[in-house]
Amino acid sequence: MIGLAHYLVVGAILFALGVLGIIINRKNVIIILMSIELILLAVNINLVAFSAYLGDLVGQVFAMFVLTVAAGEAAIGLAILVIYFRARGTIAVDDVNRMKG
Amino acid sequence: MDTAVLVSVLPEILLTVAGLVLMMVAAYAGDAAARIVSWLSVASLALAGATLACPAVHAGGPIFDGLYSADAFSAFAKALIFAAAAACILVAPRFFDGEGGLRAEYPILILFACVGMSMMVSAIDFLTLYVGLELNSLAAYVLASFMRKDVRSAEAGLKYFVLGALASGILLYGMSLLYGFAGTTQFAGVAVALKDGLGAGELFGLVFILSGLAFKISAVPFHMWTPDVYEGAPTPVTAFFASAPKVAALGLTTRVAIVALGTAGHSWQQIIIFMALASILLGAVAAINQPNIKRLLAYSSINNIGFALIGLAPGTAEGVAAVLSYLAIYVVMTIGSFVCVLQMRDKDGKPVESIASLAGLSQTRPGLAAAFAIFMFSLAGIPPLFGFWAKFLVFDAAVAEGMTGLAAIGIASSVIGAFYYLRIVKTIYFDAPAEGFAEARSPIDYGIMTLCAAVIVLGYLLNPLLGSASAAAAASLF
Repeated sequence: MIGLAHYLVVGAILFALGVLGIIINRKNVIIILMSIELILLAVNINLVAFSAYLGDLVGQVFAMFVLTVAAGEAAIGLAILVIYFRARGTIAVDDVNRMKG
Repeated sequence: MDTAVLVSVLPEILLTVAGLVLMMVAAYAGDAAARIVSWLSVASLALAGATLACPAVHAGGPIFDGLYSADAFSAFAKALIFAAAAACILVAPRFFDGEGGLRAEYPILILFACVGMSMMVSAIDFLTLYVGLELNSLAAYVLASFMRKDVRSAEAGLKYFVLGALASGILLYGMSLLYGFAGTTQFAGVAVALKDGLGAGELFGLVFILSGLAFKISAVPFHMWTPDVYEGAPTPVTAFFASAPKVAALGLTTRVAIVALGTAGHSWQQIIIFMALASILLGAVAAINQPNIKRLLAYSSINNIGFALIGLAPGTAEGVAAVLSYLAIYVVMTIGSFVCVLQMRDKDGKPVESIASLAGLSQTRPGLAAAFAIFMFSLAGIPPLFGFWAKFLVFDAAVAEGMTGLAAIGIASSVIGAFYYLRIVKTIYFDAPAEGFAEARSPIDYGIMTLCAAVIVLGYLLNPLLGSASAAAAASLF
């Protein structure tokens, strides 16, 4: 029987993968965008699992809002990535270092 | 729907409609209409600010099924946010003139960010909190990378986006845990659920939420984006980032800490105290060798947020009132300093950001030098100026609750912080003159600068007003 705990563990693993993807990743900014989506999906799994467990609809409504905002966020992230690539000619994470100190 | 409910969200409705209409104007008229759009945006911010005087807008009580509260606390924060945003729109045209002209989207993005910030300070449910925060953040990401031909601006936008999205993710994860273990997303319901002690799940939720919010107010240990974003973003945008969103995010943090997590006070107090001390110390030490004035002001804002958090640490009404007064005075000092930075242009009209270029400013531009010195002394907390009063209030609130050690460390590190503010004053007044800045005729900039300087010098005359307004605002949370 798959219970609440299973969903929470999956959510926690996905969340940890997403955070690690942002912190450890040294290659490509696109991977960072994918990691951000992973984090938001982990949150959605949590919200929907809790919502089903509690018999309360708020969690599912919340998940809808998160999905919508995530779409907007991805659009803006990609747009910024495009102007960065135009200005700099690279999207390697190690090259994002014009400013230091 | 009840009309009274709609009246109490009048500022947000006004700004949303203004933003949408002006976006249409900008879409059809193009950048030729940029100045008109700017003035209309300032007018709508002023109008939205005027509606705050309407009793329904600070009546309090949950509206929209407990998602929203228009009370004295949110009205106080909104007044600050609107004023700071209007100032940042007003100073922009002259800056962007040297960078290929003002684009009409700039004031519109700030309007939408203001709607988001209004939602943040009025949110009494994690759902409204999230939507408001994202509305503000999405506009802010675009603003940071506004000069899209400039590598530093694009890089600032990219860094701000990645770290901001990570912070939102962390915050959301915390909210999902708190929702699961408390059974509700409403602040009042969470407070009831946390009354009988904190379980592991709730504790995790609380820590994640505070970490996410710490990112947004750039408190240590989640401050690392601040200097890079402040340096890379166009200066008017930096002025905006340092003022209005700080008020909104700190107001939001205060409301979450007091209303939602108030019954678990002992658990978040240690986190807030740690963040306050770490921010003050890092903000004071890391800025010492900064050659770039915008980076220095970034560390200064980290330092200031630390002081404001000291007021939140006791979790009392006096403490919250002190935080609000601190924010009001901080906004004036910050806007003033950034307007001074905006005057730093070389003979070709290109912006200059090095502190060394300020050398001997007192001889080439005595008025600007005096204003700069007033803001630096005030940020350092030197007594006759208003910045001292802000610090005094938060320390007073901390000592009243027996947090003498916290106040003592805060005062000691404000002395360290004073070093780099005074170094700027020394550069301006006692160093051999460098090549002077371009003479500029900008009545709006000078007007804002003079107004801010006047408030900083004569601020004590405003004390009865500020005191009663912040006390009323704080009382509406308890």
